[in-house]
Amino acid sequence: MPSKVNDAVLGLGAPGDDPRNPWFSWSYVSQNTDTLLAALREHLMLTLVAVALATVIAIPLAILAYRVGALSGPILGFTGVLYTVPSLALFAFLAPFTGIVQPTAVLIGLTMYALLTIVRNTLTALRQVPADVLDSARGMGYGRRAMLWRIELPLALPGIMTGLRIATVSTVALVTVGEIAGWGGLGELIIGGFNSNYYRPQIMTATLLCVALALVLDLVLLAVGRVIMPWTRRRTA
Amino acid sequence: MSVIDDAIVWLNDPLNWTNPDGIISRTGEHLWISAAAVALGCAVAWPLGVWMGHVGRGGAAVVTVTNLSRAVPTVALLTIFPLTAIGFGPKAIILALSLFAIPPLLANAYLGVREVDPEVRDAGRGMGLSAWQLLRKVELPLAVPYLANGFRIAAVQVVATATLAAFVNGGGLGMIISRGFGLGLASGGGQVLAGGMLVALLCLTIEGVLALIEKALLPKSLRRVKHRPPASVADALPAGS
Repeated sequence: MPSKVNDAVLGLGAPGDDPRNPWFSWSYVSQNTDTLLAALREHLMLTLVAVALATVIAIPLAILAYRVGALSGPILGFTGVLYTVPSLALFAFLAPFTGIVQPTAVLIGLTMYALLTIVRNTLTALRQVPADVLDSARGMGYGRRAMLWRIELPLALPGIMTGLRIATVSTVALVTVGEIAGWGGLGELIIGGFNSNYYRPQIMTATLLCVALALVLDLVLLAVGRVIMPWTRRRTA
Repeated sequence: MSVIDDAIVWLNDPLNWTNPDGIISRTGEHLWISAAAVALGCAVAWPLGVWMGHVGRGGAAVVTVTNLSRAVPTVALLTIFPLTAIGFGPKAIILALSLFAIPPLLANAYLGVREVDPEVRDAGRGMGLSAWQLLRKVELPLAVPYLANGFRIAAVQVVATATLAAFVNGGGLGMIISRGFGLGLASGGGQVLAGGMLVALLCLTIEGVLALIEKALLPKSLRRVKHRPPASVADALPAGS
């Protein structure tokens, strides 16, 4: 689709400040709406699946680490090591085994990174529940399970939601790296734009969409947090 | 032959180490690009963070910068910068990477100075120290553990992120992975896996070495940061802030 502009740029060799290759162009957006929307949809899908999977695994894992002191060391240590390994390397570990026909490698990698953010924030939040609150709950006859569901988790919820927000925003940015294994959502347009003669409007539009997606999802989670935690609303007001 | 065997075979070929684009020269490239980016990040973030901590203002700005930097994909800056006036080459990559080094450096410099015990500050003032002397003789030395911590986080992050330079053909160990993918997984799978292992190994090594240096250099009295503080100021903030 962008071949006309590309030919023009190709003739010039290096990308200067060519008016034919602007950073933003409405005609690019209007002519490529379908491509942009498809990439956005893929990006959103990868993000949502990864964060959802990560949440389902991470919260029980954090509760386990909180309850069983002996496990918190290994769980935190493992997530720490994982965090040091770059995403590109992780995709490189997984892709040869999963192939790249399906986004399996990218999804596993994204889930693992989101997982450790959520585990760490959930564990920190659970540990910050004041001891005297736990004491009085115990005094009122709460059992371990009731205490978890009705005291500890609600009090940790703000911290858990923060973890979810950080994980979501980071995942949106990280999806772009999945391009290496064939599933990068908007990242495919960013890197594809670079590789097809430094096609600026495509790079910039995809970048802006990516940042916008992160901010929108962050706001959605913020709103969800306000709805399910009315007490935090009162405190900040 | 499985992919793992392929990776071992690839790693065992001496040419893959000594070629002009082999593991040794790629590692060197990776390290100098990272070092330059961290140095640039320190030059910008430390004076700014220390000053903001000293005057006690700008905490919200630190949080905003951190949050925003999370939303901007590294890949985007790596592709955009070479197409601006900066031009192609290592300069654009170093600049892009240094931007991602700034949030942890800035946050820790700010926190380090901010967290100085107000009584210690008062005592210094009572002894007649000027604002500048207070900063140089009291606040900065006490902030050293935080600065060191921020440095380690930033350095490890930059070394990890430098892998992505491969997307724009910018050198570093990531190139081994991207070349492997370029060959297709059927024939390049071993190289992809080998590259992944090398990158992971490099990052874990850097993390370990920096932690050791930190331990060896910091006097015991200054090792106050017992638990690693959250990766950023924002991590510690309640939802809704």
